[in-house]
Amino acid sequence: MAVSAAAVIGLSACAPSGSSEIDADADITEQELVVSIWADYSPDDLAERFEEETGVKVTIVNHATNEEVMAKLTAGGDSGIDVAFVSGQYAQALSEGGLLQDLDKSLIPNESNLYPEASELAYDPGNAYSMPYAWGTTGLCYRTDLMEAPTSWDDLLNPAADVTGKTTMLSTERWMALPALKALGYSVNSEDPAELEEAKAQLEETKDTLLAFDDTTFYTKLVTGEAVLTEAWDGWCNYGIAEDPNIDFVVPEEGSDLWVDTMTVLKSSENKEAAMAFVNFVLEADVQSWVAENILYKVPNKAAMDLLDPAIYEQYPNMAMTPAELLEEETIVDLGEYSTEYTRLATEIAAG
Amino acid sequence: MTTTTPVPGTPRRRGRRGLAALPFLGPGGLYLAALFVVPLVLITSYAFFQRGRFGGIVWELTLDNFVRLIDPLYLGVVANSLKVGLVVTLLALLIGYPTALAITRLSPKWRTIALVAVLLPFWTNFLVRTYAWILLFNNAGWINQALQGLGIIDEPIPMLYTEPAVVVGLLYMYLPLMILPLYSSLASRDPQLGEAATNLGASPFRVFRTVTLPLSLPGVLTGCVFVFVPAMSNFIIPELIGGGKTVLIGNLIRDQFLKARDWPFGSTLALVLTISLVVLLVAQAAVSRRLNEGKRIRKAVTGA
Repeated sequence: MAVSAAAVIGLSACAPSGSSEIDADADITEQELVVSIWADYSPDDLAERFEEETGVKVTIVNHATNEEVMAKLTAGGDSGIDVAFVSGQYAQALSEGGLLQDLDKSLIPNESNLYPEASELAYDPGNAYSMPYAWGTTGLCYRTDLMEAPTSWDDLLNPAADVTGKTTMLSTERWMALPALKALGYSVNSEDPAELEEAKAQLEETKDTLLAFDDTTFYTKLVTGEAVLTEAWDGWCNYGIAEDPNIDFVVPEEGSDLWVDTMTVLKSSENKEAAMAFVNFVLEADVQSWVAENILYKVPNKAAMDLLDPAIYEQYPNMAMTPAELLEEETIVDLGEYSTEYTRLATEIAAG
Repeated sequence: MTTTTPVPGTPRRRGRRGLAALPFLGPGGLYLAALFVVPLVLITSYAFFQRGRFGGIVWELTLDNFVRLIDPLYLGVVANSLKVGLVVTLLALLIGYPTALAITRLSPKWRTIALVAVLLPFWTNFLVRTYAWILLFNNAGWINQALQGLGIIDEPIPMLYTEPAVVVGLLYMYLPLMILPLYSSLASRDPQLGEAATNLGASPFRVFRTVTLPLSLPGVLTGCVFVFVPAMSNFIIPELIGGGKTVLIGNLIRDQFLKARDWPFGSTLALVLTISLVVLLVAQAAVSRRLNEGKRIRKAVTGA
């Protein structure tokens, strides 16, 4: 089965590659793992705790972006990485490229900790090759004391006079296009050049009203009052709320995206059984509740979310968004070759 | 390396001297080979291949990356980078020249203090300084707050997140690279030449125009190249101080690698930039050499 999957690299979206290479009786204590994850995105003592429980030595390496780890994984040959954390649409791309091992669910009993909705994700229904780790959406992060509560993407795209010059948008291409696509009633995964053209026209107008494009420090601009309304990932808005309770987060009425960060096991790994055990370990309630509590990202793990201090839900209302609410948003999927059109759009807007 | 000691007074042959220099050049040479030549070879080769769908390289030869360069979108970015680079260089020259000249006229003690002051910012991390600027100049920043507190202005003056802000930021960052070469060429000129011109009745302006300025031209050229090259390829300042609303060629290259997963096109842009800058450096070296030769000839004539 694995051989046939390798033969259709990049051709089939869901080749039914089995888990024939997995030996459930393998002695995992003889295996060692290399795990690549975003910096500061997991408990510092994760490796030690896993080694204590299973006897498997883990080396954690960090990547700064999806693109960085994708480059390593797709460079050809064995990357040396056994488990890679990537966003859902990248897991999809890796799987279509035949690079991912299908997960052996008999070795991941902790999957039962997840919400049922967590196995209904558009890029990988049933979590065949990717296990969701954290999820969230994109919305408007704003100062409740300095403006009327926004309700629509239009409040950002065509801002009222008192807000003009005090708004920021994300500059990463898919999220730069998102507000305009949604306001126009289109999909965040649109592959229609006419729709993208319309979004571009809107964004060109919007650019003149912006304080800045900002992916990483927009919440500090909210805290200082330099900005009053920003396009923001939910978890990042929480960093602003932590510093100023007058900041709030809202998903505009036209809807938004659902992004998911996932765990994947590489087909090139020679430690697949230990890798499955690692994925299983991370799904333990106390590991994932650490993520929710410290990163302020929602996790798709019911057992973990139930462990959270109620004060967190109170202070950061978007942490209380339900899986059903998240699933109403549109899951971002990989667009393959068409993704270059989004890159071009972002360059055109920024340079225009 | 050689065991024979050259007899004093014997003209040593070039080859022997080259060999003797090897142990000294070795570490630097290795460093350059590993961190400059190898990446350069990689980038040059990537430029001729295709983009992998998920990043990386597909090893099929193509010239598409070079064809894409003439796309008006990218030509526009290049033109804008040239414009910003030139404006920054010109401003640096206009501000740096009088500063360097003034420093040469200070007493030795104050001269040292002034030079240290010029260099001082380099001792602080570049990002830290950039963030300090943001704290100072943003709409809710210290300067706007102070002006508003004093009742001088009602609304904050927008000073960040514009193209002029990018120019000022780059100017601040690279001005020392203009002042130092200017200072070194101005300080090494023979003061007697100026005195002689004055004694012969030249006005101060004429002394400057016919003596000081021509003698400092190599420093001017060096300073201009030192400022222009990093200014047009910087990507941090456009992002942080320009609020991501200005794109320079540095941003474009960075985005190809880190956002667009398009290494071949990023390599092509980097290659073209590197070649243009090498041409610029060679031209600068050639002109400087000619200027220095002129100086030597003049010296020989006047000295005889």
